[in-house]
Amino acid sequence: MTKFIKGNEAVVVGALYAGADVYFGYPITPASEIAHAAAAWFPSLGREYVQAECETAAANMMFGAAAAGRLSMSATSGPGMSLMQEGISYMAGAELPGVFVNIMRAGPGLGNVYPEQGDYNQAVKGGGHGNYQCVVLAPASVQEMCDLTLRAFALSAKHRTPAILLADGLLGQMMETLVLPQEMPPRPDMTAWAVQGTPETRGNLVKSIFLNAHEQEQHNRHLQERYAAMRADAAHEAYLCDDAEVVLLGYGISSRVARSAAEELRAQGVKAGVFRPVTLNPFPAEALCKTLDGRKALVVEMSNGQFRDDVQMHIAKEGKRYQSVSLVNHMGGVVVTVDEVVKAVRISF
Amino acid sequence: MTTKQTTGMYDNFTRSGRDTRATHYCAGCGHGIINKLIAEALADMGLQDRAIIVGPVGCGVFGYYYWDCGNISAAHGRAHAVATAVNRTERDAVVLAYQGDGDFAAIGFNNSFQAASRGEHFAAFFVNNAIYGMTGGQMAPTTLTGMKTMTTPGGRDPATAGLPLHVCEVFSQLDAPVYIERVSVADTPRIMKARKAIRKAIEIQRDGKGYALVEIIAPCPTNMGTDSLKAAEFCNTQMEAEFPLGCFRDRTAEAVPRPPRPPAPTPMAFFADTHDDDAPAAEVDEAFGEIRLKFSGFGGQGILSLGLCVAEAARMEKRFITWFPTYGPEQRGGAAACSVVISGKPIGSPAVDHPNVLVCMNQPSYERFVGTVVPGGVVIVDETVTRTVAPPEGVRLVIMPAISLAAKLGVPKAANTMMLAALSRLGVTHVTRDNLIRALVDSFAKRPALAEKNVTLFEAAEIEADSRIRLG
Ligand SMILES: Cc1ncc(C[n+]2csc(CCOP(=O)(O)OP(=O)(O)O)c2C)c(N)n1
Repeated sequence: MTKFIKGNEAVVVGALYAGADVYFGYPITPASEIAHAAAAWFPSLGREYVQAECETAAANMMFGAAAAGRLSMSATSGPGMSLMQEGISYMAGAELPGVFVNIMRAGPGLGNVYPEQGDYNQAVKGGGHGNYQCVVLAPASVQEMCDLTLRAFALSAKHRTPAILLADGLLGQMMETLVLPQEMPPRPDMTAWAVQGTPETRGNLVKSIFLNAHEQEQHNRHLQERYAAMRADAAHEAYLCDDAEVVLLGYGISSRVARSAAEELRAQGVKAGVFRPVTLNPFPAEALCKTLDGRKALVVEMSNGQFRDDVQMHIAKEGKRYQSVSLVNHMGGVVVTVDEVVKAVRISF
Repeated sequence: MTTKQTTGMYDNFTRSGRDTRATHYCAGCGHGIINKLIAEALADMGLQDRAIIVGPVGCGVFGYYYWDCGNISAAHGRAHAVATAVNRTERDAVVLAYQGDGDFAAIGFNNSFQAASRGEHFAAFFVNNAIYGMTGGQMAPTTLTGMKTMTTPGGRDPATAGLPLHVCEVFSQLDAPVYIERVSVADTPRIMKARKAIRKAIEIQRDGKGYALVEIIAPCPTNMGTDSLKAAEFCNTQMEAEFPLGCFRDRTAEAVPRPPRPPAPTPMAFFADTHDDDAPAAEVDEAFGEIRLKFSGFGGQGILSLGLCVAEAARMEKRFITWFPTYGPEQRGGAAACSVVISGKPIGSPAVDHPNVLVCMNQPSYERFVGTVVPGGVVIVDETVTRTVAPPEGVRLVIMPAISLAAKLGVPKAANTMMLAALSRLGVTHVTRDNLIRALVDSFAKRPALAEKNVTLFEAAEIEADSRIRLG
């Protein structure tokens, strides 16, 4: 089965196949089609759809649904994502799964509705208060808007921390052919800890409060162990990297621009490849270093160098020699063009 | 201090980290009494297995030390949002939200109000002690006029701090709640009435009837800076003068339980039935190369659907395709454009900066995009566009009377179909005529009469396009 649909709609297809029980949303451009599709499809499939009064509520509703052992999701863009940080932190603290979709737009503040990648740090480095991490996935196609939503539910339930699907306005609004999933994955069993109003779960308690400092520290250490275990799920895609002299680095829509640029550079006789993290957290650091291996690197991103800085941090953390990483970027809703990447490579190297 | 065993509560409050049967509440605090009334009600009604209590942040945060039922500790003010999700997903559960006045009526007011307005299926126990207890006695929305708190050291001054908030009165303006009552636990006769109200709110949940709110006036001797007796006295006189006790709403008799969910299909069945386009997945065909198209004009000219038609037709031929529209205010501002890429392999950037094919239905879009077309490419413009700028070297220009022809043929809205015919005759999309027509027909799936009409228009436009192409 195939369907020619928007990235935003593909997210909802993925959520339904993942077994999402409930969607909590609040409209915002360029993410609203997710709410529209969810409002149409969730009830048709016997799932719940709730329009929340704000994103703070939506995220806390996800906390509630997850506490009851249900798979829930919400989608928004920057301003809404900022409001959701409270709920995300509480969910991380209480070890609750759930999938948040951020269809990034330009900021800070109200900004505008055009694609940007300026929420990278917010997603990857926390965003809310406390020593927590979320699983962060970066789709780069309509197919992945669906497939990585499914994976987000699985990883979130596996690691018991919220997952963020970090996409942008372009990925959300564009249409491509989606090959629909063939089956639903098995449902994760959450009865051991969830509070469901049943005799088996009557003794369960969901909370993020640990009044005793030592207990709170112990809890934090336990969370860090979870995040360490997450690393095994790092994923990436390397395109034309084997013989590349220059490796273009980018995630999400930027990696698509990089892909075109690599093809154009090769047509011009420059051996270029693309390395794209599919998971931003856990970051595929080992694979990155193996692929780079001292080769020239240029980051393509639609933000202020947040991603580039992180790439360099990961190279350093892997114990590799300092490597300068060039940057070609835009902010404010301007999409980096293929020409600009090609030119940057020709000038820099 | 509660030392006597209470039904509905754990035998020992080990969740507090100690081996104890004493609660954490101060002497004379209303919370302890209310905790007990709720616990006993759940036990007496045999509802502990079904009950889920969503707790606040405030002095009531440790209710889960005591209540022998499912417990969820919510963020400050968010118990109504959390309880909303719980009652929506666990339909057989008896869901209760327990909150203080800062939690319920300040930080969480909108969450509380909106959940009540939606008529969520849970009971809210709202503990009004006129103060922020847990954080050390700051002003709450319910703090009385003139009352001294840590943040109103000179007494609450309405000029700067506003007047006490009457939650039951405000919530009574909503249609959805089934039951709203204000009670007090400041002395024994009042506790007996509170007991009844709490039980009623829980019964409403047991029977699945809807939202119930019980506001409970509760003494807080510690923060009122007094002893238990005087704190109770303060509740009975000054607080009740501001917050009169009584029932504000009782529609228990009329309320109907929500119906069970009807059976639903699996996603596999659902999408197969209603959403399968029955089109093949793309296949790699390196020899095909890549065509990048841009469609532009005014909103309302059918620019986006024109691009969609071409993309859909290419999809039927197993090409990789992307379609990307202008969106947001750019679209509403009058301009409409979309980028379409048709390729024999997975597509990189879906943004078309340098089209091989540009369709312009208005002047501004022509001026904006004509310079971006690559050599060997083609620009199709409506004849109303004045070519103030010449296309780049090696770019072919085709002028099509799309707007006037559509008007002449009686369907002014079909100018985009005229352009589709021109694209077909030019052969620049490398998609067969049959598939372009099929995509055109599919785009009117919901209005078959229009589909037929547009095919006729398409055919008429082909003839016109041929003469134009020969001319050009
Ligand atoms: C976001 C946030 N802001 C502030 C606080 C601090 N805080 C904890 S409890 C509380 C108020 C409690 O007062 P109330 O809801 O009236 O309950 P009481 O303790 O009087 O029962 C505040 C402000 C918090 N936990 N979270």
